[in-house]
Amino acid sequence: MTTTDLTPVDFDEAIARYDPVLGIEVHVELGTATKMFDGAPNVFAAEPNTAITPTSLGLPGSLPVVNAKAVEHAIRIGLALNCSIAETCRFARKQYFYPDLTKNFQTSQYDEPIAFDGWVDVELEDGEIVRVEIERAHMEEDAGKNTHVGGATGRIHGATHSEVDYNRAGVPLVEIVTRPIPDTKGRAPEVAAAYVRTLRDIFRALDVSEARMERGNVRADVNVSLRTAPSAPLGTRTETKNVNSFRSIERTVRFEISRQAGLLDAGESIVQETRHFHEDTGGTSSGRPKSDAEDYRYFPEPDLVPVAPSREWVEEIRAALPELPAARRRRLRGEWDFTDLEMRDVINAGALDLIEQTVAAGASAQSARKWWMGELARVAKDREVEIEALSITPAQIAELQGLVDGKKINDKIAKQVLVKVLDGNGDPAAIVESEGLAVVSDDSVLTDAVDQSIADNPDVVAKIQGGKVQAIGALIGPIMKATRGQADAGRVREIIMEKLGVS
Amino acid sequence: MPSIGRDDVARLADLARIQLTEEEIARFAGEFDSIMDAVASVSEVASEDVPATSHPIAMTNVFREDVVTETLTQEEALAGAPDAQDGRFAVPQILGEE
Amino acid sequence: MKDHMTSNDMIRRSAAAQAAALAAGETSSEELTRAHLDRIAAVDGDLNAFLHVSEEEALTTARDVDSRREAGETLHPLAGVPIAVKDVVVTKGQPTTAGSKILEGWVPPYDATLVEKLRAAGLPILGKTNMDEFAMGSSTETSAYGPTRNPWDRDRIPGGSGGGSAAAVGAFEAPLAIGTDTGGSIRQPGAVTGTVGVKPTYGSVSRYGLIAMASSLDQAGPVTRTVEDSALLHELIAGHDLRDSTSLPDPVGAYAEAARRRDVKGLRIGVIEELEGEGFAPEVRARFTESLDQLERAGAEIVRVSCPNFEYALGAYYLIMPSEASSNLAKFDGMRFGLRVVPEDHPTAENVMKATRGAGFGDEVKRRILLGTYALSAGYYDAYYGSAQKVRTLVQRDFAAAFEQVDVLASPTAPTVAFRLGEKIDDPTAMYMNDIATIPANLAGTPGISLPSGLAEDGLPAGIQFLAPARADERLYQVGGALEALLEDAWGGPLLAKAPELAGGAAR
Repeated sequence: MTTTDLTPVDFDEAIARYDPVLGIEVHVELGTATKMFDGAPNVFAAEPNTAITPTSLGLPGSLPVVNAKAVEHAIRIGLALNCSIAETCRFARKQYFYPDLTKNFQTSQYDEPIAFDGWVDVELEDGEIVRVEIERAHMEEDAGKNTHVGGATGRIHGATHSEVDYNRAGVPLVEIVTRPIPDTKGRAPEVAAAYVRTLRDIFRALDVSEARMERGNVRADVNVSLRTAPSAPLGTRTETKNVNSFRSIERTVRFEISRQAGLLDAGESIVQETRHFHEDTGGTSSGRPKSDAEDYRYFPEPDLVPVAPSREWVEEIRAALPELPAARRRRLRGEWDFTDLEMRDVINAGALDLIEQTVAAGASAQSARKWWMGELARVAKDREVEIEALSITPAQIAELQGLVDGKKINDKIAKQVLVKVLDGNGDPAAIVESEGLAVVSDDSVLTDAVDQSIADNPDVVAKIQGGKVQAIGALIGPIMKATRGQADAGRVREIIMEKLGVS
Repeated sequence: MPSIGRDDVARLADLARIQLTEEEIARFAGEFDSIMDAVASVSEVASEDVPATSHPIAMTNVFREDVVTETLTQEEALAGAPDAQDGRFAVPQILGEE
Repeated sequence: MKDHMTSNDMIRRSAAAQAAALAAGETSSEELTRAHLDRIAAVDGDLNAFLHVSEEEALTTARDVDSRREAGETLHPLAGVPIAVKDVVVTKGQPTTAGSKILEGWVPPYDATLVEKLRAAGLPILGKTNMDEFAMGSSTETSAYGPTRNPWDRDRIPGGSGGGSAAAVGAFEAPLAIGTDTGGSIRQPGAVTGTVGVKPTYGSVSRYGLIAMASSLDQAGPVTRTVEDSALLHELIAGHDLRDSTSLPDPVGAYAEAARRRDVKGLRIGVIEELEGEGFAPEVRARFTESLDQLERAGAEIVRVSCPNFEYALGAYYLIMPSEASSNLAKFDGMRFGLRVVPEDHPTAENVMKATRGAGFGDEVKRRILLGTYALSAGYYDAYYGSAQKVRTLVQRDFAAAFEQVDVLASPTAPTVAFRLGEKIDDPTAMYMNDIATIPANLAGTPGISLPSGLAEDGLPAGIQFLAPARADERLYQVGGALEALLEDAWGGPLLAKAPELAGGAAR
């Protein structure tokens, strides 16, 4: 039992006594056609060691050449994060020995990153906005993939040997490093996850990466430290590497705050180390302690020349940037005239794109919201799926609403039609047609039904004529039942009122 | 100039992943001092105001298009491998973190 | 019927003359190649210039060129003329060892760009030549495969790191060879073997496929017996390469034409003061001065210039080069290719790397890797590598200032004639002094040529070096071609004609 495994303190107690500071490094794999420094294809899950050139493998004599598209993507990311773009920057060798590195150094950027001094606003679920300062974003290459063989769990401990696939070696990465993030207090776990989610959304909007965390396109290293008060100097931080889901990021921060508080309470000091998050326990554990403080012996990459993006090129890229998620949300909120709360609910439910598409297909924003956040959200919950997984399209919802707006069907029928669409019976209009679900508005049919109802319910008629107009519901009810809900209820009411001479 | 002793050489050998015998460590430590004397003059003349030159011929912005080029086959890639299995390079047990 | 030149005569001709003979139908490439293979078989057992001889491949290329010539195809001027390639250059299908045990038997799956050019032009590749391990050395004594001997005196070194290429050419085993020059590894062997060697402007010849030692200093170049041959080979291998980011986009110069010009009227030649004093052997200096006299009589103007920062060049070189090399050699770890040594106890990846590198690298390589690791270490970077890069700037400034006054610079190529095998191997700092005149050009990226200046101490060859501004390589060929003609006139033939006949010993 090491001292790092002392009993963690309850989270809220930890927050009460200590002030957490976060630091997050995110690596994003760029979705270019080829690798960062050579022309091997940048593909997912090809046969091992088939996306290889001599340079991918670092063979003796091989040389790197910079991928122009990767540089463009890196600049886009920098601009989207409100960074300054370097007038000139260089690549550097980061040297360490590990079998997933082909050259036993990684070509990265050290003291001259391509982008620096930026910020991004992170919106939390309740609408609070946290501004995270970005220290830098730089370009580098990915390493190969080790598969550990022979141990029980496929993890490194207990493995007898490893097998290496270098398909991923050389894939372009951009690493984004925050400045220390203070003042998050109890919301630290939330902020950490929301920050990474914000970046993920930006990457997708920029179309620089598929940005799927579960595929490793986006990886986060989470740094946590505690201090006794915001005015106190920063504490020793730990780094939990390769946390690969938003939920895990939250749990990592929670756990580290509790764990470190427990140690500090007991008078122990925090070991500066690398840790790993464990899905099954929800906690982190110590990695190998860093010896030599890992002297990477950085020096400028002699096989590459500096990258000096002209200001014209940078402005061209800036002008071509797509609308970023925050700006888009603001615009849509204005266009749709939603309240802050309505907008937030929509975003939190992941229904933003769906509503936008439904509006594009012709529905009003409010009606689109009503369907997706109402009926469809309920069905999704019942069926235990995400709303976007339901087998109904925004176009179909718009069509359905169009039928209601055109008074072809009423709300109740619409809900029935909805279920039929979900069950795969075709498009709304077609279903209404083929199953004869259209609202009956033919006066002669309605008049007959009214006559029948009046005849069948003389006591109700008496009540109405006696002044109790609200009893009219008892006459309308049977008519709706007889018409299987398809009667135009409003028109029925009118006819009854006429016939009874009531206004 | 600090003198490079046996422990320094041993540490460097570790950083550079080269196994040395005790005899080699001692011998290299001795040689380093004379070599470092020979190069000591360099820091004397390299003053603040002199910029560093890392490339003999100054160039910038050398790029390639994001287009796939010729690749090696899996067989070619593995051809020189000391050990290979299942299309992958087989390497000995790795200790420590992933 | 073809005119029968004895193969012995044919192999002693220059490459240009051999090419002319092929074009004229006097001989075939197959005959020519076979003649060289026979020569290798006769003398290389003793000389050890070749690490690998590719008989079948060379003859196949030769026959192919012959049939294409017969079919009336237009061929490259050097098509069918055989060539040897320093074993630091990757050749697909042929072992490439860089003179090291760690790459014993490694067969590259790809060709260096310059090799692609040789193949495209139809030059039969005779084999791979010996070198100091990973190009670290000035005598070819650090090769893991035994030293190469100087054709002039088998007890002497042929220079390094490219002693194999120079000896092969000097011993008529090949009319052409490829070398690489990081601190003088083409020029210095040229000087001590009585042959010609050129280090082109950095970036002029692609480094793609050169097993890297010091990335910012390495450059491949021609090793030949005449200046014109070097010019022809330089033209063939130079040119922009998209696979090398440091490759120059310049068009290839008219080097052969410059070599044939034989006109130095008005050419201003600067003698570098710092490279002519003590440390340079008296007769080496005398041949140098005599060569300059020849040029002066032919109309050149000789001026003395000072390059005060050259004093620091050696120190800067021995910081930059090991630093870059320590990084470039990190890939040799027994994981993906080459030697793997598995220790009995705890055969972890880390220990396998250590054992492999401990067993696979020789002393000089280990020494330089450790030095380089030290110079790049945290806390030492500014004092060492960082400072050395500043000296580089100062050396470039010295060159720039000198070239304001003169068109080319001159110095003896190496301080002494060939020393004896074993004489300096145990004294690294003494060994490093061999490169004192050649190193500045590598630091600055400027081009340099060495050609024979005459026989000096012990009747052994000395070389004269000319340096030109970056991208002005044709000036080297202009002054080199002119001087060569003047000297050979005075000698009554090439200097190599004075070399002793080789006794010969069975090749491997």
